[in-house]
Formats: sequence, structure tokens, C-alpha cells
Amino acid sequence: MLIRRSRPGDSAAIRPSEITSESVYLGRRKLLQAALMAGVAGIGAGWMSEAGAVSDLKVQRNARYSLSDPPNSYQDITTYNNFYEFGLDKSDPSENSSRFKPSPWTVAVKGEAENTGTFALEDILKPHTIEERIYRLRCVEAWSMVIPWAGVPLADVLKQFKPTSKAKYVAFKTVLRPEEMPGQRMASLDWPYVEGLRIDEAMHPLALLAVGLYGKTLPNQNGAPLRLITPWKYGFKGIKSIVEIRFTERQPPTTWNISAPHEYGFYANVNPKVDHPRWSQARERKIGAGLFGSRVPTLMFNGYEQEVASLYQGMDLKKYY
Amino acid sequence: MSANRPNALTPSTVAIRRFIKPALFVVCALPLLSLLLGAFGIGGASLGANPVEKIQDTFGQWGLRFLVITLAVTPLRDWFGAPWIVQLRRMLGLYAFFYVLMHFLTWLILDQGFYWSGILKDIGERPFITIGFTALLLLVPLAVTSTNKMMRRLGKRWKSLHRLIYAICLLAVWHYYWQVKADVTEPLIYLAIVLGLLGWRVWKMRPRRASAAMAREPS
Repeated sequence: MLIRRSRPGDSAAIRPSEITSESVYLGRRKLLQAALMAGVAGIGAGWMSEAGAVSDLKVQRNARYSLSDPPNSYQDITTYNNFYEFGLDKSDPSENSSRFKPSPWTVAVKGEAENTGTFALEDILKPHTIEERIYRLRCVEAWSMVIPWAGVPLADVLKQFKPTSKAKYVAFKTVLRPEEMPGQRMASLDWPYVEGLRIDEAMHPLALLAVGLYGKTLPNQNGAPLRLITPWKYGFKGIKSIVEIRFTERQPPTTWNISAPHEYGFYANVNPKVDHPRWSQARERKIGAGLFGSRVPTLMFNGYEQEVASLYQGMDLKKYY
Repeated sequence: MSANRPNALTPSTVAIRRFIKPALFVVCALPLLSLLLGAFGIGGASLGANPVEKIQDTFGQWGLRFLVITLAVTPLRDWFGAPWIVQLRRMLGLYAFFYVLMHFLTWLILDQGFYWSGILKDIGERPFITIGFTALLLLVPLAVTSTNKMMRRLGKRWKSLHRLIYAICLLAVWHYYWQVKADVTEPLIYLAIVLGLLGWRVWKMRPRRASAAMAREPS
């Protein structure tokens, strides 16, 4: 999974899109700085919201958990999103999320743990180093992106709350703010969005609580200010804008499973051999590969098989999809 | 064709041929033009992060829209007393076929990249693709018999054959409905429109038969 396909110095392997992405990235930074300054001066506050008010983060690259694949451009990552709270189209989250306020933010910790209560996000993050990890995100819709997330291992955060022996699962909940999230005023899904993991999945070192991407805080459309990343599972497991973490004894309900139980399971592990009832999961489209970039084979557990396969030993993955 | 009297706004045959048809031809090509602008990045246009999906969706959406527009020609003619608009139907129908065909070719070439084992499996095993493919196949004979020569040759059978569009529209909406992930509002709107246009045809048949029967009543 960490094998680089192109050789160093093989300039032909660098696609023009990658070169642009860097300049777009830098261009954005300049634009944002200018926008922030304009904002301070009290002018042009309107167009600041376009990319959301993101700020720089201090991150430390975790090479062990990073792909060597080139990441997608900041532009692609922040304008092609599934975040139904802001609308159904991929462009809706970036267009409709400017009114969302990700700060101040608190997370309510409940259930089978000793250290429950409501915590400010800064306090939850304070003891941890923010790592940068380059993960592949595989959407259940059969496309994928490579994203440089910034975050803290979920396990480290969960341990702060001292889960008891009764904590067999962890449930997550997205904020419910229909006044700021226009998609929540539609009945497309049951709001608020809920997700969950088995405790051993949640404690796996690959599971990440992301607070940023590309070295900056998360834009609203990517799940600001706090979201889950489980790279071996389909993207919809990565619940966004988390306001509640609950330790439970029983398997918690999950939104897409409620919406279409025969199509989306609790586990939602990336598996090229188990198709979605309506489409194949054997191959995926790499976002950024351009008009003529054909699909590539999907890897078992999205390429993280070595790390996570043991979690599911002896389980029938066709049954527990 | 219709009992309705043509209203005063009927354009002349020359106007239809010289202005209305060429203008319509250009207007109908605008979705294609928008994709071309996006593909070549002209005027800052872009196809976004997933250009293949964008092209496929645009072609599919306009294919469905042109099918519905074509289906609406007869009712519109009657509602507005404008028999001349029937002269535009062939172009609308052919555009429907064009966009549906491009939708299919985009899937075949850009999305699947001629990956035949996957393509055949999808057509055979995934109902929404089977339905969409069936709709495309049914459109082929309609496109082939759209010429004046074929109309003359088929005579009365031409009209029966072209009633296939009723089934095609329903299949197209079904295809759309089945591929939507969560919110089925839009496909249901299309369904309502198609059912309305078909229902109106059924409704139109009734009073006519009744009045015809009355007319035949012995005096």
C-alpha cells in the first residue's frame, strides 16, 4: 500500500493537475491571508466566507501512516463533498456552508465511561500533538481521493474519557443546526447524522479525529471543526461536525443504515468483493485523474488490509457489510 | 390532426424553416456547448473535480429533459392551439436521442474505459443500468425512422411505432429514480410530469369516443 508507483525523477509521471494543485494551494493561502486582512479592516467580509475562515495548524507528519501517493488539490478536496447537511450536490457544501459557525465548539461525552461531561474542543485536543496523515478516502459511490488530514488518534482522545469495560461501541453524533445547515431542513436523511464503531475499531491506530487538512483547520464543508476518519471504511462512516461521543454496550444505530439497511451496513468496510446492490465496488475513479483517467481496482480495506484485517477475523464480510 | 383552431400567432412556414428551427437547433445544443467550454476551460468554465461524472450527469439529465419535452409537444399543441409546434418535434426527439446516446457513450468510454467484463455484468445484473440500456435500445428505431421517407414508407404504423416514447420516458425516469442515493424528490417530479403528459392523452381519448358515439346515435 505504501509503494510509490512512479520512480523518483520520473517527471512524466507528474500530471499537470498535480503541479496546478500546488499553485492553487499557495494561491489560496495568499487569497485567504488577503481576505483575513480585509476582514480585520472590516471590508470584504462577504467573500471571506467562500473558503470558510480557516487558520494554520501546527502539524507533525506521521510518515508511518501516510501514503506516498500525491494528494488531491485543495480545490478538489474542498469543492467535491458529500455533506448532505448542506445539500445533496457535491458543490453544495462549499456553496452553502458559509453561515456555519464551528467555533466555539463543545463535545458532550456520555455513556459507559468514567470521565463524562461536556468539554471544550480546545481542552480535548490540548494534550495531543496534531499529526498529518495522508490517507486515501474511498467513497461508497466508487470514487477516491488522497487527503492530507491533520488530527489526533481517536484512541488517544477516547482514553482521556476512561471508558469502562461495558463500553463495547462508540457512537458519534453530528450537530443539529437547521438554521445554519440548509440540508437539515430537508428530509433526505434522519437528522442529526449518527455513526458508530466497535470499540476495537475505534481504538485502532488508523482511526483519526481530524481537525484540519493541508495544514489548516477544516473548512466547514469538510466537517469543521471535528470529524472522524476511518480510512479502511467507506467515507460515510467519517461523521462530520461531531458534538457527541457516547460509549455504549450495544451496537448504535447509524444514519445510512437507517436510510437503506440493505445497501449500507454498520461496518461499511471497503471491500471490492462485496458490491453495493446497485453498483460494483470492484473499481474506483480517482478524483484528479482527469477526463481519460480510467478506473483503478479497489483494494481490500482500501489498501489498509495489513493493518485492519485482524479486526474482522472469522467474520463473514458479505453478511457484515 | 387536431380539432383546435390555429391561433393568430402561427408563424409562417418560411419563418419556421428559416428562423425558428435554426434558433431551436442552437438552443438545444447549449448543454453540449457548456460541457465543451468546461472541458477546454474556456472563459473560466470547469467540469469540477470529477469531470467524467459531470459529463455523464449532464448528458443524462438533458436526455431525460428532451424526452419529456418531446412528449409534451402534442399536449402543448392542443393547450395553446399551436399545431405548428409539431414541426419542431423531430428535432427535439433527435436531440433526446443524441443526449441519451452521449450519456451511454460517456459511461462506456470515459467511465468504464471499455472494461467489457464490467460493462456486460453491469448491463445484465444492475437493474438500473439494464433499464437505462433498454430505453436507449428502444430509442434507436425511433431515431432511424425519423426521416420523411421512413414516415411515408411506414404510413400508419409510424405513429404506433413512435408511441414507444411513452415506455421510453417511463423507463428513463425509473432509471433516474433507481440511481439516486437518498433524495428521490427530483425523479418523482419527472415522474409526475410524465404521468401528467401520458394521463392527459388517455383523458383526451375518452370524451372524443363518447362524443363520436353520440354523433352516431340514430336520429
